[in-house]
Amino acid sequence: MKEKLAILITTLALAGVAGEVFSSDDDEHRGAAWGKTADVAAVSNEQYRAECASCHLAYPPGLLPAASWEKIMSGLSDHFGDNAELAPDVTKALTAYLVANGADRVNYRRSVKFARSAGNSAPLRITEIPYFRKEHREIPARMIKTNTQVGSLSNCSACHQRAEAGSFSEREITIPGYGRWDD
Amino acid sequence: MKKISIAIMLAGSMLLAGSAGAAAVDELLQTYAGQGAGAADPGAANTLWTREFRPAGADQDRSCATCHTRNLRQTGKHAKTGKPIDAMAPSVNGKRLTDVKHIEKWFGRNCKWTLGRECSPQEKANFLAFIRGS
Repeated sequence: MKEKLAILITTLALAGVAGEVFSSDDDEHRGAAWGKTADVAAVSNEQYRAECASCHLAYPPGLLPAASWEKIMSGLSDHFGDNAELAPDVTKALTAYLVANGADRVNYRRSVKFARSAGNSAPLRITEIPYFRKEHREIPARMIKTNTQVGSLSNCSACHQRAEAGSFSEREITIPGYGRWDD
Repeated sequence: MKKISIAIMLAGSMLLAGSAGAAAVDELLQTYAGQGAGAADPGAANTLWTREFRPAGADQDRSCATCHTRNLRQTGKHAKTGKPIDAMAPSVNGKRLTDVKHIEKWFGRNCKWTLGRECSPQEKANFLAFIRGS
């Protein structure tokens, strides 16, 4: 019994610590939402995070134009080879959030660059946008594709530790196994 | 002192969450029975867990274990993105099997991706019994 109580208390203590970490994270998100530190708006929708971040980073909506989000959300039964279907009401709510915060609908510095670069196209992948390609073209494959801790350019947060907070500043890049990126 | 009362409240809410989990499974088992499922057979789900399928368009065989591993108490890994997937076993992950909508969503997605079709009510009942006992 004593042992069980000790385990319970330890668990609760750990939960307390986790709570602390999460709340300081929230502060960061709030700061980012004011546009002071973010070059893209931070992810601000908890439902979006809950539904989409089980499998991948909750990509900030300001990385793709609104028309791209419309396309992606209308094809969730084949989502880059995965089945990512949602209940119709959830699909509708998340589409509204993503479209309203698409790169061409907001005024964040880097979102504007993504929107201009995409022009009239509605790419399904962030990695197809010319501006994105230009920003990543100097990085050798050994740091991304064949780096087991990264694997793909789609894995933003592997190197951009504050991706969900909308921060992609070059100073913040750390490539796993290689350290800071300096070009 | 305040900490202790918070601890007691948290412990209480955990117990509630545990019983809510049982409620979610019982509700779904009843739904599946209404759709024609017989008694849940965890052994059948255990076998199906590692059976490999290759649905149209897939370039490799897939099973439940592809992402969730063969051990339900272990953390899994998304086949494509590599993102960790919390353990399936309620004995190590108290959030499992606590939400009817969540369970149905993932049955829908994962049966279609892995088997290339929806799971039958019987298969879903079997999986619930199998995961619940893990």
